[in-house]
Amino acid sequence: MAAQVAAVCAGAPLLTGLMRQVRARLEGRAGAGVAQPWRDLRKLMRKEPITPMGTGPAFRAAPLLLVATTVVVAALVPLASTATPAGGSSDLILVVALLALGTVALALAGLDTGTAFGGMGASREMTVAALVEPTILLAVFALSMPSGSTNLADIVSGGLHDPDRLASPAGLLATAALAVAVLAETGRLPVDNPATHLELTMVHEAMVLEYAGPDLALVELGAQMRLAVLLGLLASLAAPWGIATTASPPAVALALLLLAVKVALLGAVLAAAEVFWAKLRLFRVPELLAGSFLLALLAVTASYFLTGE
Amino acid sequence: MDPRPAFRTVTDIDVAELPGRAVGLLRAGHRLALVAAHHDAAGAPFGRALRVVHLFVSGPPDTRTELHVRLDPDGPELPTLAHLSFPGGRFEREMRDLYGIVPLGHPLPHRLVRHFHWPRGWYPMSPRAGEVPPFAEPEGPYPFLEVEGDGVYEIPVGPVHAGLIEPGHFRFSVVGETIIKLKARLWFTHKGVEKLFEGRTVERGLPLAERISGDTAVGHALAYCLAVEEAAGIQVPEDARRARALLLELERLHNHVADLGALCTDVGHGILGTHAQRIREALLRLNREVTGHRLLRGGVVVGGAHLRAVPGRARMRALGDDIRSVVGLALGHTTVRDRFTGTAGLPAAAARDLGCLGYVARASGLVRDARLAHPLCDYGPALDVPVHTGGDVLARFLVRAEEADTSLALVGHLAEGLAAGECAGRPPAPGSGRGAVRAGVGIVEGWRGTIVTRVELAGGGELTRVKAADPSFFNWPALPVALADTIVPDFPLANKSFNLSYAGNDL
Repeated sequence: MAAQVAAVCAGAPLLTGLMRQVRARLEGRAGAGVAQPWRDLRKLMRKEPITPMGTGPAFRAAPLLLVATTVVVAALVPLASTATPAGGSSDLILVVALLALGTVALALAGLDTGTAFGGMGASREMTVAALVEPTILLAVFALSMPSGSTNLADIVSGGLHDPDRLASPAGLLATAALAVAVLAETGRLPVDNPATHLELTMVHEAMVLEYAGPDLALVELGAQMRLAVLLGLLASLAAPWGIATTASPPAVALALLLLAVKVALLGAVLAAAEVFWAKLRLFRVPELLAGSFLLALLAVTASYFLTGE
Repeated sequence: MDPRPAFRTVTDIDVAELPGRAVGLLRAGHRLALVAAHHDAAGAPFGRALRVVHLFVSGPPDTRTELHVRLDPDGPELPTLAHLSFPGGRFEREMRDLYGIVPLGHPLPHRLVRHFHWPRGWYPMSPRAGEVPPFAEPEGPYPFLEVEGDGVYEIPVGPVHAGLIEPGHFRFSVVGETIIKLKARLWFTHKGVEKLFEGRTVERGLPLAERISGDTAVGHALAYCLAVEEAAGIQVPEDARRARALLLELERLHNHVADLGALCTDVGHGILGTHAQRIREALLRLNREVTGHRLLRGGVVVGGAHLRAVPGRARMRALGDDIRSVVGLALGHTTVRDRFTGTAGLPAAAARDLGCLGYVARASGLVRDARLAHPLCDYGPALDVPVHTGGDVLARFLVRAEEADTSLALVGHLAEGLAAGECAGRPPAPGSGRGAVRAGVGIVEGWRGTIVTRVELAGGGELTRVKAADPSFFNWPALPVALADTIVPDFPLANKSFNLSYAGNDL
């Protein structure tokens, strides 16, 4: 479990770096290199912390809370092994609630700054979050039905022992819904544009505009880790092969390696796809997310009908 | 073939006659192109006065009508034309801020170009203005109109922005994400360009004209040169006129390509932005071969033009294929097209009332192009002025994409028979017109729209007054109109589709 958390912490900036590099190469640019997010974090960490005037505890606590909740999620989710000490508590609802806690903390921080952009970003982020969380819940519910448990470790090991489940209509629909929700949750195209400098179009970035120095480093690390964890979860649920079912070090090491390969592959595919996408108009985002919610709902219905005979 | 000479009329009238004459000209299809004030010294034919020139233009046929009125220099007042012409009202506010001329009965008597911190009673264009004074008691408060109601909040943006753009303050009054009102307060870049022209020789004025707005070097330099040539009576040979028209199209091309790509980047489709940048770079390198400068400075000279090379047909064709493929990809992308369609629509009536120019007017269904109304040379059948009626971002995108096509065709047409080298007209025979004040007007279709420059030369040949009117001065008020009921996250896209100049607007 410790190995899994360490891998997520160390690998998340590299994943972001890899995605940026893939995108740069596809657009004909040289790119800054895979390790650039780590260099950015180091630079930000060395800067002096600055707190805007008039901000309260919500602003100061949010980056820590964001990283802390993400670390806990990284520990709970069965990414490398299903047999972890925390396996018993890796409940689906807990994981979604922890992610939501991090989002809400950051939105409160955005409101706490009292600036127009903080409030605007927070309002947009909450709109997206309100549509995304139910989709994630429902999608994983659909996957949980065959195993009869909302414990993620059980769901993943169930998929491992019975691969037919993954290819069932319910499994495929739920995976698709989850993929869209992950895009929205992590602020990628076509919902949010992480590369823009136009403050009026931002969703996630507008909320954290006031952060600087070490706080900004934490916010960025938190966002990168969420992306890594959610892509990892997607990989574990949709393609659980290679995940260790015991806690033996060689099995876990192999599983971590495979996890890194799977997540890197997913990230590269996502980055490549983003090259061909454009950002949706803000008022069209609910349509996209409603679509993914519908997929999740269909997945639940399908799994009810197909397994309930 | 020479284009037919313009019909020019200059009339000295009494102040009281001004509104009546203006109504007549506007009804006859003229538009108010420029209003400029002049300090006439005691030695002038009519004595010391503050002379205001209203320039009305129409075409084709190329017609320019000037109305001159003389005001009391110690308490200048003028009946307003704001109720007849919206741009007229803005020119009057500009004159009040720079000269202290009071427009009587103006419906919006607020400051326009005046910087907030200029001291009360200091007018930079006055002969007694002297050195720029330190910040002092301002002209009085100028609060933003506050929109009240449930859930209305304000978003202040700028004047310093996140990108590499010029300063401007935007205040959005918003409900949810919908813009109810936008107030753009610009005028942070007063550089005193018009004052800097005073007393320069015409040759030394040219570099200044080229730098009025960095992306419009040819447009402003050419309008300035046309005005100077008319004032000094310089004949420009046919080849030089063609070379100038060619440079103008090259400038249109590189700006249109850059903005077509930037519009794609603004909707998050970065790959097309990258490719447009690549094409723009090829165009800028071509510009350097043609004039020695990537932004085409030095190509237009007083009396003629100077080309170091003439662009070849094959090269222009390859660039054209590249541009068309980027445009095709953008329009074929459903999300990009959806973002463009229906965003920030400017109704034709609003565009006409505000006096919009250039692609902003042409995307709202108005056929306004100085290449038709005030031609530089014979354009032949290659000149095709695209007009769309949508008024939205898509219409502006399409107009500019089609104009790029036209420019490519025109470059091919104009380059035929041109040779590299300097081609300039002869200055007039010495002694002709010496001693008197001479004036001239230059009208050019720059890439943003019609640029009008009016120049007056003193007896010795030095510049006494240069007034340039950039199309941005006419188009800025259209942006808030187009943005009503647009959502906040679409503002950068709408703003880019107008792409107005701050520097050319605020001289």
